[in-house]
Amino acid sequence: MKPRQRRIAIISVGLLAFGLAAALVINALRSNLVFFFSPSQVAADAAPRNGAFRIGGLVETGSVRRASDGLTVRFVVTDLAQRVPVSYRGLLPDLFREGKGVVVAGRLQPDGSFEANQVLAKHDENYMPPEAAAALEQARQSHTAPTLEAPP
Amino acid sequence: MIPEIGVFSLVLALLVALVQGTLPLAGAHWGVAGWVRLARPAALGQFVFAAMAFACLAWSFLDNDFSVLYVASNSHAELPAAYRFAAVWGGHEGSMLLWLCLLTAWALAVALFSRQLPDAYVARVLAVMAWLGVGFLLFLLFLSNPFTRLMPPALEGRDLNPLLQDPGMVVHPPILYMGYVGFSVAFAFAIAALLSGELNAAWARWSRPWTVAAWMFLTLGILLGSAWAYYVLGWGGWWFWDPVENASFMPWLVGTALIHSLAVTEKRGAFRSWTVLLAICTFSLSLLGTFLVRSGVLTSVHAFAVDPGRGLFILAFMVAVVGGSLLLFGWRAPRIGLGGRFSVLSRESLLLANNVVLTVAAMAVLIGTLYPLALDVLAGQKISVGPPYFEAVFVPIMVPAIFLMGVGPVARWKQAPLPELARRLRWALAASGAAALLLPLTLPAGPRGWSALSTFALLLAGWAVASAATHAWQRFRGAPGGWLDRARRQPRGWYGMLVAHAGIGVFIFGATMANGFDSRQELKLQAGESTALAGFAFRFDGVAPVSGPNFDAQRATVRVTRKGEAVATLHPEKRIYRARQMALSQAAIDVGLTRDLFVALGDPAGDEAWTLRIHVKPFMAWIWAGCLLMALGGLLAATDRRYRLDLAARPAAVVGGATATLRPQEGA
Repeated sequence: MKPRQRRIAIISVGLLAFGLAAALVINALRSNLVFFFSPSQVAADAAPRNGAFRIGGLVETGSVRRASDGLTVRFVVTDLAQRVPVSYRGLLPDLFREGKGVVVAGRLQPDGSFEANQVLAKHDENYMPPEAAAALEQARQSHTAPTLEAPP
Repeated sequence: MIPEIGVFSLVLALLVALVQGTLPLAGAHWGVAGWVRLARPAALGQFVFAAMAFACLAWSFLDNDFSVLYVASNSHAELPAAYRFAAVWGGHEGSMLLWLCLLTAWALAVALFSRQLPDAYVARVLAVMAWLGVGFLLFLLFLSNPFTRLMPPALEGRDLNPLLQDPGMVVHPPILYMGYVGFSVAFAFAIAALLSGELNAAWARWSRPWTVAAWMFLTLGILLGSAWAYYVLGWGGWWFWDPVENASFMPWLVGTALIHSLAVTEKRGAFRSWTVLLAICTFSLSLLGTFLVRSGVLTSVHAFAVDPGRGLFILAFMVAVVGGSLLLFGWRAPRIGLGGRFSVLSRESLLLANNVVLTVAAMAVLIGTLYPLALDVLAGQKISVGPPYFEAVFVPIMVPAIFLMGVGPVARWKQAPLPELARRLRWALAASGAAALLLPLTLPAGPRGWSALSTFALLLAGWAVASAATHAWQRFRGAPGGWLDRARRQPRGWYGMLVAHAGIGVFIFGATMANGFDSRQELKLQAGESTALAGFAFRFDGVAPVSGPNFDAQRATVRVTRKGEAVATLHPEKRIYRARQMALSQAAIDVGLTRDLFVALGDPAGDEAWTLRIHVKPFMAWIWAGCLLMALGGLLAATDRRYRLDLAARPAAVVGGATATLRPQEGA
């Protein structure tokens, strides 16, 4: 095979492999993307009813309740404008605290509450995940924010 | 006083770096020997000043000087001394200073250990590294000064983040940075070669030990980070495809392609421009990793400084470095020329295929890491790309690479006929097939049973080990004098290859078993209650309060038995660090040859009851063993005798095809 033909052969095989890899990547991306919504968006029905997604915001002070089985915990995620009740079964990360930022991943339940399968650990107690911070900022700009306390 | 000396040292280092970056380069271009000879002493000077600045910062930490803002933010009087030292790189500013110090250290090493290289060439290499230093020094002095004072001084520091108060913090960042920064040497070698117009096989031989050493450090650094996450984060996981983890993994992938490409350039003179491009890409990915970690654009357990101004500087720096080097490459590379010819099936083509696969894998990881960022910037939509994407993409792409890894060493240069390859490898193929079929019968099945994927992974792991063993066997036998004599005469680099390739097989086996066959439970246990998992019985014996130097903890006792025989007693803790009032769960792990037992405390759940997380991870230690074997292989390869011989006594090697040099334009 002449060098030029060999060059062309190598390049075409390379392109084919590259195309396969690209197809793999695009397919994987499409089926594995997880979208993020703020509590205001969830309250406004902008979040998918049937898919997995993430919610972020602050953990509402006074809203954390543990069930008697010790493992299930309920709390409320808020962006100071709207609130979404969340339930999670499992051990919470060490840095989870009332009044601090949190991001949870899971699904919306028919009754409007959110069932989480993952609670994102933070870096330190002052760190707020950028998505949560953005959600808070968005909400603050579009509403007058009520206080952080749980409603009586 | 000491912090001011530190700042002054940095200023001096900057001045020396500016000199080191200009005069030797000009001297090499115009043939002024005096300027060229400045390079090595300048590298020493820059190292001395950077080390002095580092020493000043370390002193401030050890002396509890809370009038320095950085010290007050990251340290505490009750912090144990070792962690006060490690806290030097616990925050953004200090870790940048560490980066700079290691850069000057590598430059000094190049200055000291490259006597056999032409002075003009070393001058160019050191000049390139000096310019990188200039960038970091400007960043340090103007945007991330670790010596900024806090007036009035704090009475007590804010303490180092408890997550970082761990032996892992003492070793992981420095070793990881040694790897990141080490690739700047390969980068500098490539740029110097492009600048000088000399790009022959000798260049590859000079470059190779430095690149392999940097790769070895990066392997160790990633291993340490992964092991640390495993036992500190308390979730039993060891790799999360976290953006910062990916930021270290991408240079590793491309760095692996680079060391293999260098092998071809050294032996056959082929792949020259491809190797130079890989060197540029590897270091660019290192810089990209720095940008990702430090700009606050990512949600990650690692994310450091949430400061867009700093991110902007690093981005500009990266654009300058990468853009400049690619421009230089585009300008000079077309005249580098081709190396020796090789047929479609030969060791060269197999190594080329390996390079392509590794590069494509790195790109796939890059896409997954940057896509959320890009979408946020372009569309304002916040998404995350989690482990399922990376696993779906990375594993299929790497499968051909693992297969090729076994075939490559056995193939001959220039032409490797297929029947010969098949004949040499048939035993390895048979052995790996047997392993894949028989091992599932002997190993514990785990809760999810065996799947086709796990069996295939076992086949690959067996193939990696069996092909290395077959290759060694074929090399040893047949010569007079017995195989021991033959074994002694093999170059160290060849052993390095065997060990590293076998290490990959060990790693794949460990990862398959630990990820696919682990058992876990999260539950509430009363004191005295037991639970069973994977054939082990775990009895929770309650908690007792203990105190450490800067924390108070609840320490649990968990007794593990198997069929009535005592196996281990584990003591997971739940600590509250006093200074930050921050809780941290300290997991307890019993490491065994065939399994890891992992217990972490959750929260108290009523009187005498706590929630616990328990894992049984089969063959978890094999993951670390595989990585250590890879690093050992790198060490063996980097210290091969042929790199330590005085090359000044020998003419530049002319191997195989033409030793193509660019038309000589300036003093070589």
